[in-house]
Amino acid sequence: MENILSVRGLKVDIPLAAGTLHAVRGIDFEVRRGETLCVVGESGSGKSLTSLAIMGLLPKQAQRSADRLDFAGVDLQHASNRDMRKLRGDRISMIFQEPMTSLNPAYTIGDQLTEALLLHRKVGKAAARNRAIELLEKVGITAAASRMKQYPHQLSGGLRQRVMIAMALMCEPDLIIADEPTTALDVTIQAQILRLLKDLQRELNMAMILITHDLGVVARVADKVAIMYAGEMVEAGTVNEVFTEPRHPYTRGLLRCIPVPGRTKAGEHLGSIPGIVPSLIGNMPGCAFRSRCDEAIPACAADIPKRLSSSGHLYRCVHDYGPLSSLSSSSGLQAKSGEA
Amino acid sequence: MLVYTLKRLGLALLVTLAVSMLSFALLYLSGDPAAAIAGETASASDIEAVRHYYGFDRPWVVQYGEWMFNAIRGDFGESYYFKLPVSQLVSERLSVTMILGVCGISFALLTAVPLGVAAAVRPNSFIDRIALFISVMGQAMPSFWFGLVLIVIFSIKFRILPPSGSDGWQNFVMPTVVLGYYAMPAIMRLTRAGMLDVLGADYVRTARAKGAGEFRVMFKHALRNAIIPVVSLAAVQMGFMLGGSIVVESIFALHGAGYLAWESIGRNDLPTVQALILIFSLFYIVFTFLSDLLNAWLDPRMRVG
Ligand SMILES: Nc1ncnc2c1ncn2[C@@H]1O[C@H](COP(=O)(O)OP(=O)(O)O)[C@@H](O)[C@H]1O
Ligand SMILES: [Mg+2]
Repeated sequence: MENILSVRGLKVDIPLAAGTLHAVRGIDFEVRRGETLCVVGESGSGKSLTSLAIMGLLPKQAQRSADRLDFAGVDLQHASNRDMRKLRGDRISMIFQEPMTSLNPAYTIGDQLTEALLLHRKVGKAAARNRAIELLEKVGITAAASRMKQYPHQLSGGLRQRVMIAMALMCEPDLIIADEPTTALDVTIQAQILRLLKDLQRELNMAMILITHDLGVVARVADKVAIMYAGEMVEAGTVNEVFTEPRHPYTRGLLRCIPVPGRTKAGEHLGSIPGIVPSLIGNMPGCAFRSRCDEAIPACAADIPKRLSSSGHLYRCVHDYGPLSSLSSSSGLQAKSGEA
Repeated sequence: MLVYTLKRLGLALLVTLAVSMLSFALLYLSGDPAAAIAGETASASDIEAVRHYYGFDRPWVVQYGEWMFNAIRGDFGESYYFKLPVSQLVSERLSVTMILGVCGISFALLTAVPLGVAAAVRPNSFIDRIALFISVMGQAMPSFWFGLVLIVIFSIKFRILPPSGSDGWQNFVMPTVVLGYYAMPAIMRLTRAGMLDVLGADYVRTARAKGAGEFRVMFKHALRNAIIPVVSLAAVQMGFMLGGSIVVESIFALHGAGYLAWESIGRNDLPTVQALILIFSLFYIVFTFLSDLLNAWLDPRMRVG
């Protein structure tokens, strides 16, 4: 299948008084049509800035550069503001982490839902309204027609996030970027929203980039997964590859942190990785993870090789943990088990 | 919303009552009113006669009650100076003051809001500096001085605007600018601060993510939220300007209610002064009340709560 998004050497720099903050340090990935890529990493690892860089919505002071940044054949680096505007909300949509503040308090749900469609398509108000009601129903909102007249403050966080999802789907985008869409919600609602997103993504055959720091979520919804650490992509591959043959010590550390039914006894401490993420200001030669890594050796301070299998499983580490295969393993966590 | 409105209304009525007592008390605060009316050469018995004629010898509660009762019906007594009903005098002059107030606040809003938005879109830019300069000037310059400067430039040097009088629209140009400029700095700074705040909001990012253009983002999504406090400030200022036009009307000898107040104070015409003070205060109270209502009406979160 063709790539809908190709990213090569993406960097985001933010000049600060104390020096330049290299928030994203040259990352590569692609997303194919209809595919779900999960991006995982601790907060501050550059996940949000990566998605904003794709959308062309970085904060003013941030600078983006890339060797390649293509979306559906359009070179985003050289697209005009007008071309970017035409893509946003139409072919690429984004769902944000903060449902409580991402809707405009001054306008009704209906106004905000129809806006994207009215901006991008030559449709009348009535048609846009019908489409909005249809989508509200699709995202599981009852009494959709009367919700259209309500204001954001009249809805709960979970409902607002459903509205945000409906809004992102108004023009049936090719790619939807969901930046921690459930982090701000109650645990019970998180699972519902994620299942909804996954179902819609399959039904509409959209590509999705789902940012999360919950590896349990990844196991359920992802086709591919990318692990980010301090602005770098330290490991990436299919869910099977990364979950059954994790190579990077950071990935292995993260995998130890998820509770596995049967293996984790009640009351037992989950694994956690000691230490803190290093400052991203200035140049950081070598591996950013080495200060927290059990397997660190002096060579970690030098250039780190990029190890890549023929199937695309990638990791960056001085250690060679053996040949990478693309076995579809039956052991370990089953990807896409469908249970959300 | 109803409860909120009733609460505000109750508060407004209480303030009105307090103000009416104060303006009534003015009669006695400025000395013996009978002696003032009778004049400097009057004998003691003349003064007593005047006192009895005007009813100043009755208990003050009775006098206040009567004054208030008549005032509510629009009867403020007779002007000592013109020997005409105060209500007639005042209503003739009030229209001039209202025109000036409306022009003044419109001028202030039409200059301050665009300037505030432009300053917020590019903070620390050239336009932001200009806006800051204009607003500091507006605050530093007293109205009377600014008015005189305008007269010197436009009436004396270029002779394009009349320095005084109230015959045509030309007479309103300079007073409008002076009065409007007085209200402008606060409106501009509030617009700028509100826009800066709102432009960083998540929902503005959402609007951009939908593909909205800059103009739409600025005016539909950002300004609509930033303008809410600005509108209520403007309403309060409007109330203040209607009463505060005394200085401006006197500089330009514009025959409005403010000018009448200025003249009446000089003439010791207490019924007129009392009536005007009550009316000016009422304007302020009514517009403050309106400002609260507007605020609630513009903000959906207040409307329901
Ligand atoms: N507007 C900004 N100004 C300065 N630093 C920022 C800004 N936005 C993000 N950063 C920094 O960039 C790094 C990456 O941020 P982000 O992409 O939001 O991380 P994540 O989404 O993975 O939690 C963090 O260290 C954060 O502090
Ligand atoms: Mg984030």
